[in-house]
Amino acid sequence: MQKQIIEIVEKINTAVVFDELSDAASGGICVFVGTVRDFTNNETVVSLEFESYKTMALKEMGKIANQALTKWPLNKVVIRHAVGLKKVKEPVVVVGVSAAHRAESFEACKFLIDTLKETVPIWKKEAFKNKSVWVSAHP
Amino acid sequence: MEVFLFGIAKDIVGKSVLDYSDLEEKPNSVGELIHLMNHSYPEFSRLSSIAVAVNGEYASNDVPLQSNDEIAIIPPVSGG
Repeated sequence: MQKQIIEIVEKINTAVVFDELSDAASGGICVFVGTVRDFTNNETVVSLEFESYKTMALKEMGKIANQALTKWPLNKVVIRHAVGLKKVKEPVVVVGVSAAHRAESFEACKFLIDTLKETVPIWKKEAFKNKSVWVSAHP
Repeated sequence: MEVFLFGIAKDIVGKSVLDYSDLEEKPNSVGELIHLMNHSYPEFSRLSSIAVAVNGEYASNDVPLQSNDEIAIIPPVSGG
């Protein structure tokens, strides 16, 4: 089985990631799932809409996976992001790793999601009841 | 030459692909492109940041633009 899975999809199935990361040499699997929250700054959020520059986003996600595989002794890496309209509670991103021990699993998993948020060309628009806003666009 | 627009950049310009004829002159570098975008669409200067990708890679201001390059404006990213 391949060492890394990098995908941009319409809908995320969180149930498959365990099997994707499961590995005989791994004693720890760490997964982060980002989901749609129903509030931002005390305002009710109705939905999020994600857009990507797909070819570049996949390339940047691949770079992050390779950096993680270089920094920590990981057996498998998954980075999967959703695009399109997502409702409250729906998963929008899943990152995960498997490794021999938990310490490197936690560190690598945090690195994956923190770096994804900084560098991968994906944008989200938050829809409130009466307006919608591109997140982080303005200072 | 065309420039792909995403997120708020698409909303500011009002379309997803910008043609150089929309700008005052043809930019020769990433820095010139950003300067011309700010001039033609002043709302760009209010964004937290603005980056340019050339052929799918983040490019610094001194990178020259060739006619066959794939160019994209990258407003502040907000994935995750």
